[in-house]
Amino acid sequence: MDRFVWTSGLLEINETLVIQQRGVRIYDGEEKIKFDAGTLLLSTHRLIWRDQKNHECCMAILLSQIVFIEEQAAGIGKSAKIVVHLHPAPPNKEPGPFQSSKNSYIKLSFKEHGQIEFYRRLSEEMTQRRWENMPVSQSLQTNRGPQPGRIRAVGIVGIERKLEEKRKETDKNISEAFEDLSKLMIKAKEMVELSKSIANKIKDKQGDITEDETIRFKSYLLSMGIANPVTRETYGSGTQYHMQLAKQLAGILQVPLEERGGIMSLTEVYCLVNRARGMEVSEKGSLTSEEFAKLVGMSVLLAKERLLLAEKMGHLCRDDSVEGLRFYPNLFMTQS
Amino acid sequence: MAMSFEWPLQPNVDTRQKQLAAWCSLVLSFCRLHKQSSMTVMEAQESPLFNNVKLQRKLPVESIQIVLEELRKKGNLEWLDKSKSSFLIMWRRPEEWGKLIYQWVSRSGQNNSVFTLYELTNGEDTEDEEFHGLDEATLLRALQALQQEHKAEIITVSDGRGVKFF
Repeated sequence: MDRFVWTSGLLEINETLVIQQRGVRIYDGEEKIKFDAGTLLLSTHRLIWRDQKNHECCMAILLSQIVFIEEQAAGIGKSAKIVVHLHPAPPNKEPGPFQSSKNSYIKLSFKEHGQIEFYRRLSEEMTQRRWENMPVSQSLQTNRGPQPGRIRAVGIVGIERKLEEKRKETDKNISEAFEDLSKLMIKAKEMVELSKSIANKIKDKQGDITEDETIRFKSYLLSMGIANPVTRETYGSGTQYHMQLAKQLAGILQVPLEERGGIMSLTEVYCLVNRARGMEVSEKGSLTSEEFAKLVGMSVLLAKERLLLAEKMGHLCRDDSVEGLRFYPNLFMTQS
Repeated sequence: MAMSFEWPLQPNVDTRQKQLAAWCSLVLSFCRLHKQSSMTVMEAQESPLFNNVKLQRKLPVESIQIVLEELRKKGNLEWLDKSKSSFLIMWRRPEEWGKLIYQWVSRSGQNNSVFTLYELTNGEDTEDEEFHGLDEATLLRALQALQQEHKAEIITVSDGRGVKFF
């Protein structure tokens, strides 16, 4: 913590703001210190922290002072953090909050989130080192890194290089992925063109779909994993379920249709059918999922779901016994 | 021994409320009819209230306890011991009884009179009243409710307890 210097917080000319985040607490190494709630600003040159309660309290660290940074994921009750490892403070450093510190790193705790983006931007600034190219006032230039005469640990250089390599490889992977995506997009475009042309032909009844087109279309579908495209021939005019359902509908709708002169709106049909299906239960007194499934020509699982839904809505109540789960019309609600 | 089946509580909240209310109403009607003012849980389990011999189905004891707890919340039941093995059951809540009693007292112009508990429930004067024949435990609670409202005071008389109405 002895690397921080007091500052007005105003940016210098050529120094630009990159990102800022509220609700950041600073730790001196692992220790909590009094700077527990502040706004952290990242500029092209510095990391600036300003106390949220007392705006006069404002301090900064030069980015050139940073050796490397790490992320610390959030945990239960713990905010995500960035660990910032620092070069030792130069002897002629400006005054700051701490004269000395036994720690060579600080932690920034993001109590109001924002750690991920901040870390990303900070990493970027660390890589680009824009402060080297954009000179600012002399006072900021005093800490350009380790002083001559100090031995720089080899490890740190290695870590820095590794980070750089990692970044380059990530970039490369992303580009390659996007390459595949572009190829996919081109293929997709072809498919779309083909589908459009077939659709138009059907619409305008303009000649036959050529065999070639059919084969191309089927091969596209195959490449997408659809082995047997649905056609009227293969699917037939309906499954068992549909046939059963049709029979049931005919039974339900015959009399109402006759009463209404042979024509009914679809909405009316929908209401009638659902009501009638509900009635099935009250006429017989009770139903198990199996009985219901058989009745409406549905899988037992689906039938159970329907019964449970009806129970949820208060139309049915249950009787759960060793004999099984039975549903009854909910007379609790319909009869006081 | 007949197999016991389960009558669970309904999962749908509204239905469950109605279901519980139906059970509570049944318990109170049953106790009123049979003039039962107190019961043990074991008795309840075997009574026709929760044991339907014809259907060969019983309400499991856990469900019975839920019903009893519901009655307690409504003010119709009071546990007579810490282990919750026996309870007082009042088909009318004590406050309601208290009101009826006080109404009779006022109507007959007997405010500021003193009665023994026995007189209230077994005296000639109360023969036509609903609270005639009321069990002592319930009566006492009814009078305690009135006492809270400063409409009565339970006192000790020569051979037991009595009450003064204001």
